[in-house]
Amino acid sequence: MRLMDVAHFATGSLRGSPTRTLLMMLAMSIGVAAVVVLTALGEGARRYVVDQFSSLGTNLVIMLPGRTETAGVGPGLMSGQTPREISLDDAEAILRSRAVKRIAPLTVGSATISRDALNREVVVLGSTSGLLEVRHMEMGLGEFLPEGDIHESASVCVLGNQIRRELFGNDVAVGQWVRIGERRFRVIGVLSSQGESMGMRTDDLVIVPVASAHQLFNTSGLFRVLIEAKSRDSIELAKKEAEEIMVLRHNGEQDVTVITQDAVLQTFDRILTALTMAVGGIAAISLAVAGVLIMNVMLIAVAQRVKEIGLLKALGAPGKQIRNLFFAEAALLSSIGCVAGLMLGYAGSFVIGQIYPSLPVSPPWWAVVAACVIALGTGIMFSVWPARRAAKLDPVTALAGR
Amino acid sequence: MIQLENVSRVFMVGDQKVAALRGIDLHIAAGDYVSIMGPSGSGKSTLLNLIGLLDRPSSGTYKLDGGNVTALDDVQQARVRSEKIGFVFQAFHLVPRLSAAMNIELPMILAGIAPEERKERVAQLVENYGLKDRADHRPDQLSGGQRQRVAIARATSMNPAVLLADEPTGNLDQATGKEVMHLIENLVEQKVAVILVTHDPALGERAHRQIHMVDGKIVTESGRGT
Repeated sequence: MRLMDVAHFATGSLRGSPTRTLLMMLAMSIGVAAVVVLTALGEGARRYVVDQFSSLGTNLVIMLPGRTETAGVGPGLMSGQTPREISLDDAEAILRSRAVKRIAPLTVGSATISRDALNREVVVLGSTSGLLEVRHMEMGLGEFLPEGDIHESASVCVLGNQIRRELFGNDVAVGQWVRIGERRFRVIGVLSSQGESMGMRTDDLVIVPVASAHQLFNTSGLFRVLIEAKSRDSIELAKKEAEEIMVLRHNGEQDVTVITQDAVLQTFDRILTALTMAVGGIAAISLAVAGVLIMNVMLIAVAQRVKEIGLLKALGAPGKQIRNLFFAEAALLSSIGCVAGLMLGYAGSFVIGQIYPSLPVSPPWWAVVAACVIALGTGIMFSVWPARRAAKLDPVTALAGR
Repeated sequence: MIQLENVSRVFMVGDQKVAALRGIDLHIAAGDYVSIMGPSGSGKSTLLNLIGLLDRPSSGTYKLDGGNVTALDDVQQARVRSEKIGFVFQAFHLVPRLSAAMNIELPMILAGIAPEERKERVAQLVENYGLKDRADHRPDQLSGGQRQRVAIARATSMNPAVLLADEPTGNLDQATGKEVMHLIENLVEQKVAVILVTHDPALGERAHRQIHMVDGKIVTESGRGT
C-alpha cells in the first residue's frame, strides 16, 4: 500500500466519524495549548526577574562586610557580629583591579529632611558619582554628585522625585537648601521617576556624598561596595581580585563577602526554570490523559469497524497493514491536534501578554518541541494496543460481525 | 487448481471439540462452476473460508495452483488472497463511507497498484457492471442489486483465479438475484473458478457441479463437468 493511500484512507476514516474525531482533537489541542501557555507564563516570570536584576546594574559585583559560608544575600546583617568594616580607602583600592570598571561605595541610614516647616523621615544614601552609572539611575533635573575626592564631604544632595514633590511642590528645587539631620545641603539634582526596582524606590531616596553621610551618621564603615566589572567575562576575575585586595589590606584575613549578581541571578534563574518545567510537566499530564482518550476511542473504533477490518483482510490486507492504518489514523489525529493546540497556545500567550504587558510572555522553544513530541508520542503509543487488536482479529468472525 | 486432501477443521467450543469438516477431498479446476449445498451447520461456510484462506485447516493439505498454501504465513496468505481470490458476501460488506468507485478500488489500493492504473481499471469495471451513474454514490444510496454489483466488481478488480460467493443472492429479491447470478456466471466463461455456497436448490442446480454436505462431509457430488 502506498503512503499517500494510507494517509488518504486514514483521513477518510477520521472524516467518517467527525464528532469523535473533533472531540479527540480538542482533547489533544487543549493538552498542547496548556503546555504552551503555562510554560510561557513560567518563562515570562523568569524573564521578568532577570530583567529586574539587570535594571539593578550590569556586570555587578557586590561586596559587603563580614564573612559567611553560604552565598546568600545579607549575611553581614544576619551574623550579629561586627566584622572589620570596609573603609573608603578599601573601596578606592578595589579600583586597582584590572577587571573593575567603576565602583560605588554605599552607606545607608535614615534621617529627617526638612525645608522650612516641612519635614519627613527619609532613607539617606551615601555614595559617589559612580553610583549613577553602576545602578543605572537617571537624572531628571540638575546634576548628580560631583566627581572628585571620595573623602570630601561636600554639602550637596540629590533628591528622589517623590521627596522633591513633597518638599518643594511646584517650586524650583535645584539650587535650594534643605536640612538633613544637623546639616544643611544644597540640592544639585533630582532623580527621574523610575518606579520600583527590586524593592528599592529611587523616588523616596536622598543621595549625598559618602563622606558627608559618614559624618551625618557618625560612622566610617561602608554598608556595601557596588563594583562594576569591565565585561561579563571579567565578573569572576573582578570578584577574585576584589577579595585578594581586601585580604591584603586587612592583614591577610578574609573578612568581606563578595557576591556576584550573576550568582543571585542564576539561583533565581534555576528556581524559575525548574518551576516552569514543573508547571509544564503538570500540563503534560493532560496530554497523557488525551493519549488515554485516544486509546479509548481507538478501541471503540476497532470494535465498531470489526466488519471493515475483516473485509480488508479478505481483500488481501495482512495484519501489519491494518495495524499501520490505525497508526496512521492516530498519528494524523495527534498531529492535527498538536497544530491546533499550538495555535491555541500561542493565541492564549498573546492574550495574556496583552493583559499583563510587563510580563514578557512567550513559550520557550523546548516546551513547544516537548509538547509536540509528547502529543505525537502518546497518540501513537496509545494506539499500539488498539491497532494490534485490530491486526489480530480473526477475519471469519470479524466478517460475521461477532 | 484447487486441491483439498483429507482436510479437517476442528473448533473448540468451550472445552468440547466440534468437527466442522471431516476428511474433505475436493478438486476444482480453473473455470469450474461449483455449488456447495447443505443444511445449516453442515460446514459449507467453513469450507469456503478455508478455500479463501480466511481460516486454516486443523489437518490435511490445501494446494492452490500447485503450491501448498497451508504452510504460508499471514503476510504470504494475504498476498495470495489479494492476487488469486475474490469474495462476494451475502451482506455485501461494502465500506459505508467510501463511494462505489472507491469500494471497487479498495483491493487495488491495498495491493499498492499505481493510481493511474487503478483509475483505468475502476472506470472499466464501473462500465462493465452498469454502475456508471452510481459510481460516486455511497453504498447507502444504492439499491441491493447495485450494492452486490459493486461487490462483484470489487471481487474481480484484481483479476482473481477463484471467486468465492457465500449466498450472494440471499439479501436480494428474485429478479435482482437472477441478474446478479448472470454477472457471476459471466465470470465462469472468463475461466474464473466460481464456488457458490447456497441454500437454494434452484440456484445450486445452475452450477456445473453440485456438492452436497452433511455434518462436515461431502455426501454426494453430481454434475455435468469435472
